[in-house]
Amino acid sequence: MNFDLRLPIGLMFSLFGAILVIYGFFSDKAQYARSLGYNINLDWGIFLLGFGVLMLFLAFKGRKES
Amino acid sequence: MQHPTLSLGTIDYAILIIYFLFVLGIGWVLKRKVKGSSDFFMSGRSIPAWVTGLAFLSANLGAQEVIGMAASGAKYGIMTSHFYWVGAIPAMVFLAIFMMPFYYGSRARSVPEYLKLRFDEKTRGFNAISFAVMTVFSSGISLHALARLLELLLGWDYNFCIFVSATIVLVYIFLGGLTSAIYNEVLQFFMIVLGFTPLVYLALKDVGGWEVLKQKLIPVATSQGFAPGTWSNSWVHVGSASSNPMGVEWFGMVMGLGFVLSFGYWCTDFLVVQRAMVANSMSAARRTPLIAAFPKMLFPALVILPGMIAIAMHQSSGGHFLPLSADGSPDYNMTIPVLLARYFPAGLLGLGFTALMASFMSGMAGNVTAFNTVWTYDIYQTLRRSAGKAEPSDGHYLAMGRFATVAGIILSIGAAYLARQFNNIMDMLQLVFGFVNAPLFATFLLGMFWKRTTGNGAFWGLLGGTLGAALFHGLALSAGAHPGIKGGWIAPEFIFHSEMAQNFWMAIVAWTSCFTLTFVISLLTKRNKTDQELVGLVYSLTERPKADVEVWYKRPVVLGVIVLGVTLILNILFW
Repeated sequence: MNFDLRLPIGLMFSLFGAILVIYGFFSDKAQYARSLGYNINLDWGIFLLGFGVLMLFLAFKGRKES
Repeated sequence: MQHPTLSLGTIDYAILIIYFLFVLGIGWVLKRKVKGSSDFFMSGRSIPAWVTGLAFLSANLGAQEVIGMAASGAKYGIMTSHFYWVGAIPAMVFLAIFMMPFYYGSRARSVPEYLKLRFDEKTRGFNAISFAVMTVFSSGISLHALARLLELLLGWDYNFCIFVSATIVLVYIFLGGLTSAIYNEVLQFFMIVLGFTPLVYLALKDVGGWEVLKQKLIPVATSQGFAPGTWSNSWVHVGSASSNPMGVEWFGMVMGLGFVLSFGYWCTDFLVVQRAMVANSMSAARRTPLIAAFPKMLFPALVILPGMIAIAMHQSSGGHFLPLSADGSPDYNMTIPVLLARYFPAGLLGLGFTALMASFMSGMAGNVTAFNTVWTYDIYQTLRRSAGKAEPSDGHYLAMGRFATVAGIILSIGAAYLARQFNNIMDMLQLVFGFVNAPLFATFLLGMFWKRTTGNGAFWGLLGGTLGAALFHGLALSAGAHPGIKGGWIAPEFIFHSEMAQNFWMAIVAWTSCFTLTFVISLLTKRNKTDQELVGLVYSLTERPKADVEVWYKRPVVLGVIVLGVTLILNILFW
């Protein structure tokens, strides 16, 4: 049996999400003029983090069940 | 405007590197699971449906999808969605409901092997060899497109890009085989969706929303001499070939693209079918294309819409949004890079850029895994057996698979350098599909649903169909093109409005000649397989899979009807 793919997906996107959130906090706000004023790193970082954590949760749930 | 240059910051490189560490890491972890050739080539038939489904979709997400579809969105407008809502989706539903039972049920390890079981060795050989050549070309085109893009955007050296991308793909397939390719395709699916969604959101917001976009697309159409709504109506302007930028009329579009090319690709191309064939059960195999169909029908929003937005902006800015190519027309292939450079700040740019790079590489990986399987099982093993050599150990085939992976990559690199001279990737791929794939679907249709079809009928029909395609190509040319690689090399007898129309009609000709020849020759030749031998391979002789034991949302027919219903609604909404 192969390992659960949700694990690396969850890990990778949690990591990407965390990186973007942290960067979004500390980066120079002037560069967000190009993204129409949205701090898109922060916003999308939160979403990616949520997605990643959800995948991790499903992977652990799946492991418990089997 | 100059060609966009992306300047990647530290954070962008960090994201790129993390992604490739995961890609290689998946290969590394899976290495321990590869114990025999069946693990390497068929993932031990142990992959759940959601994974095979997303991989099925993603394997096709190569060069032609992301860059090509955005380019077509700019060049042709929303009509490009016919590649999805007329082409891909119905074919995927047909594959799931009618064809998968035979592919999966026959236990064939590849599409050519199905042809061997159903017909004979020569039909398999013909398909295996032409397919192997095609995968190498497709893989090379992906590789070339990626390297060229990186060269242009980042100033990286072309040769260096080829080397690095080819090596990464080589390593993860070499280690983990098909499972590794499939897992990475799923990873890449999420990268594309999650990397491009904010891009489309920002671009659409900037242009002023869908309604404003439609207004801004009017001068795009009228300035080229078309009716105002041509870029935002998918069906209204297909009445005649001269009234839309694709230069195709509805019959050529529905039959050529919708029926022949799309069914030929999605139902018989081993590259995608392989993903479904390794699912962990018959039910999972049949659900694979259906699971893929749901995201697939929404993909126009992700890949075509950006092109439409870009061309609208290009028009309203007086021609200063997209870079211009040598002849003064917009360089449509630059659509996605231009949008990335314009809207994404450092950070998200890394994500979007990585998604783009990933799409090229998984397109390449898909071809390489299909190539190594067909080479090892359908060409090498067959030649060995027909030479009467003793059957070697399983490890021998595993080693051959790894060797074929290396060889496939080297050949792809060669093809990449060859592809450097062709401009429109999409049109060239269509041409290759036309020669090889278009007649093939007639063979499968007759083979699966008419038990009287003979091996000789299939083989000579297939050969005739391919030759018919080549002959047609030699006689047809699109308006304004020069005879040669574009067609008309015998004599340009038939002139089409566009190269695309020419390709669609070539597919129709190839399919029809193959169908007719196979039918007639089958009636004239003796059957080479008895009813008994065809159980599990032909519709009328095979017991229907029992789908009613499953909950409704897992039944292929229920899912298929939902998919077709939603697709119909999309067609009507964007009529």
